[in-house]
Amino acid sequence: MSNRELTSSHTISVLVDNEPGILARVVGLFSGRGYNIESLTVAETNAAENLSRITIVTTGTPMVIEQIKAQLDRLVPVHKVHDLTMEGPHIERELALVKVRSTGEKRVEALRLADVFRAKVIDAKNDSFVFEVTGNSDKVDTFIDLMGGLGLVDVGRTGIVGMTRGGEAL
Amino acid sequence: MQPEEPATTGADLLVKALIDEEVEVVFGYPGGAVLPIYDSIFKQNQLRHILVRHEQAAVHAAEGYARSTGKVGVVLVTSGPGATNAVTGLTDALMDSVPIVCLTGQVPTHLIGNDAFQEADTTGITRPCTKHNYLVKSVDALARTVHEAFYVARSGRPGPVVIDLPKDVLMNKHEYSAPQKPVEHKSYKPITKPDRNQLHRLVELMARAKRPVFYTGGGVINAGPKASQLLTQFVRMTGFPITNTLMGLGSFPASDPQFLGMLGMHGTYEANLAMYHCDLLINIGARFDDRITGKIAEFSPKSTKVHIDIDPSSINKNVRVDLPIVGDARRALKGLVDIWQKTQPRIDLKAQKAWWAQIDEWRARKCLAYKQGNEIIKPQYALERLYHHIKDREHYITTEVGQHQMWAAQFLKFEKPNHWMTSGGLGTMGYGFPAAMGVQIAHPDALVIDVAGEASIMMNIQELSTVAQYRLPVKIFILNNQYMGMVRQWQELLHGGRYSESYMESLPDFVRLAEAFGAVGLRTDKPGELDGVIEEMIRVKKPVIVDVGVDKAENCFPMIPSGAAHYDMLLGPDDRAAKPVSEEGMVLV
Repeated sequence: MSNRELTSSHTISVLVDNEPGILARVVGLFSGRGYNIESLTVAETNAAENLSRITIVTTGTPMVIEQIKAQLDRLVPVHKVHDLTMEGPHIERELALVKVRSTGEKRVEALRLADVFRAKVIDAKNDSFVFEVTGNSDKVDTFIDLMGGLGLVDVGRTGIVGMTRGGEAL
Repeated sequence: MQPEEPATTGADLLVKALIDEEVEVVFGYPGGAVLPIYDSIFKQNQLRHILVRHEQAAVHAAEGYARSTGKVGVVLVTSGPGATNAVTGLTDALMDSVPIVCLTGQVPTHLIGNDAFQEADTTGITRPCTKHNYLVKSVDALARTVHEAFYVARSGRPGPVVIDLPKDVLMNKHEYSAPQKPVEHKSYKPITKPDRNQLHRLVELMARAKRPVFYTGGGVINAGPKASQLLTQFVRMTGFPITNTLMGLGSFPASDPQFLGMLGMHGTYEANLAMYHCDLLINIGARFDDRITGKIAEFSPKSTKVHIDIDPSSINKNVRVDLPIVGDARRALKGLVDIWQKTQPRIDLKAQKAWWAQIDEWRARKCLAYKQGNEIIKPQYALERLYHHIKDREHYITTEVGQHQMWAAQFLKFEKPNHWMTSGGLGTMGYGFPAAMGVQIAHPDALVIDVAGEASIMMNIQELSTVAQYRLPVKIFILNNQYMGMVRQWQELLHGGRYSESYMESLPDFVRLAEAFGAVGLRTDKPGELDGVIEEMIRVKKPVIVDVGVDKAENCFPMIPSGAAHYDMLLGPDDRAAKPVSEEGMVLV
């Protein structure tokens, strides 16, 4: 039965008209129907055609995921709904800004680890760094975890954006 | 030379756009933010405005109008409270897929967000209870938005659409733009044409089926009268049994021997058992609602399930199906009739005969039987007598919500689509009377009856003033048991007979209430007088309230208690003790 089916995480890309209220429609649909949002990113991606791309990471049973996609597709300003997780190989990336305040050994270690994670230093003071790290969520999680012991004071994450591999457009 | 300023105000071009969308009637209530629209309406003669007494009633009236005509119902309300009062009606229309365009006034654009007088975030509030909504921020977008709104409301799975109109937009001037034909929407493209191969697969399944059943719903009615004709033709070609949902009543003639009656919580024994035991379930335009399925885990466990629906999100929502077909019910049925005629499938006649023999056995239980004595009127009897007197004349039935609604669905027979208007999905008490007004506006000479309970009718009783104003000869047929009957029934079944707040204290004298509004009031509680009262109600060419005092203790059976399976029906009061409701069932509504 459906409620005994395993839940899994899906990354869904939604192409929408960039109009007031569209984000509220999408978010309202998730809260109103009790679906889960793990991450959500949105920005205009095609100014000429006034389109935005929303990337949503959600979890559910296969039946729930199918419902989520059908419900999204039903919204009038939605052009396309693609389940990247279902549609073959795809790439996911997330960007985080990580602020660390420390001195001495810890400061050196933070900088060394940042190098290992290919994080960029985008702000530096005598007792702090702001790192910019990108990668899949696991990598970002790991980096933030490591900074936890090295003076982590602030984190900002974009949430996931995703895209299929190969030459096909959404 | 200066270019000439366009002569049309937003309000004028709104009215022009409505007329171009073939709108004849608008149900509404004026207020500050919509005064320019009322002024434009005043200056013309094509668009008729019906003044209701509460905005909720405006939406229900538009629903009645829409459902009895197949057209889009149009509502006009002011900002703030006008819009919030319309919310129940909009939600009702969304749940039952009724095409509505609701125009709401709004404070001028420069005041939006300032907590201005009679300001409400109407698009925010109505987002989850509409198919789509618009805030028109500039007069140059107005005509185009109105045309798009009508297209969205009536196409695909129909539903309510709100257009929020700031007052300055209504006052500003702009050129009018006529609707584009055919409409091309850039992102909204409902799928209406079913996949032919899928239809072939369905016919193959039907040829092999030993215990098939059609389960059809409001989608067939929404697909237009032709869809009901095709359904009737197709079902008769196959010889298969058919059951209807509450919303689907009328899409197949109730008098046809292949009709099993309504299914679901208060559906017939034969319909529900056919659903449980079938090996092929063909759902056309219904949505496996919880009132239909009962306990999902035990819903029709042995069947191959086919679902034809115009809304892809209805498919695999509650029940997994084996063959999904997305498309308009009329087009699907047309395809099925064609394929059936071309391929002439050889169905298993021996199995069909055995299946019908089984169904006839279930029918022989006579699950709708009741005992009418000489003293007290049974509500079922009142409806049977009502049907006897109206069956040979054109009539439309609306209902409120509760026991009387279920009895009406069970005991009145629906032969044609668009003649039965009831609040199915939302279950809105107070729906039936304003809906009946809308039906009467659309069909001035028809007999329009709101089958009501004495509790529900009080929820929009103010509309007596509207029927008086427009001389609408709507009949309100109250089955008065002095209880919120369905609440009382559940309290009896689930809560140890503790009738908490379900008794209607201080009911009005309905006869004098009718008279106060210039209508006619009739009353009886004697079985012997019933026929005479019904005849009088039909004879009088005025609005009539008939207050029928009925058995206070009567319960609506059959009943599948919540959380139970189709085979687990209560057939009557004596059945109850044997089948206590489970704790899981208590949680469900």
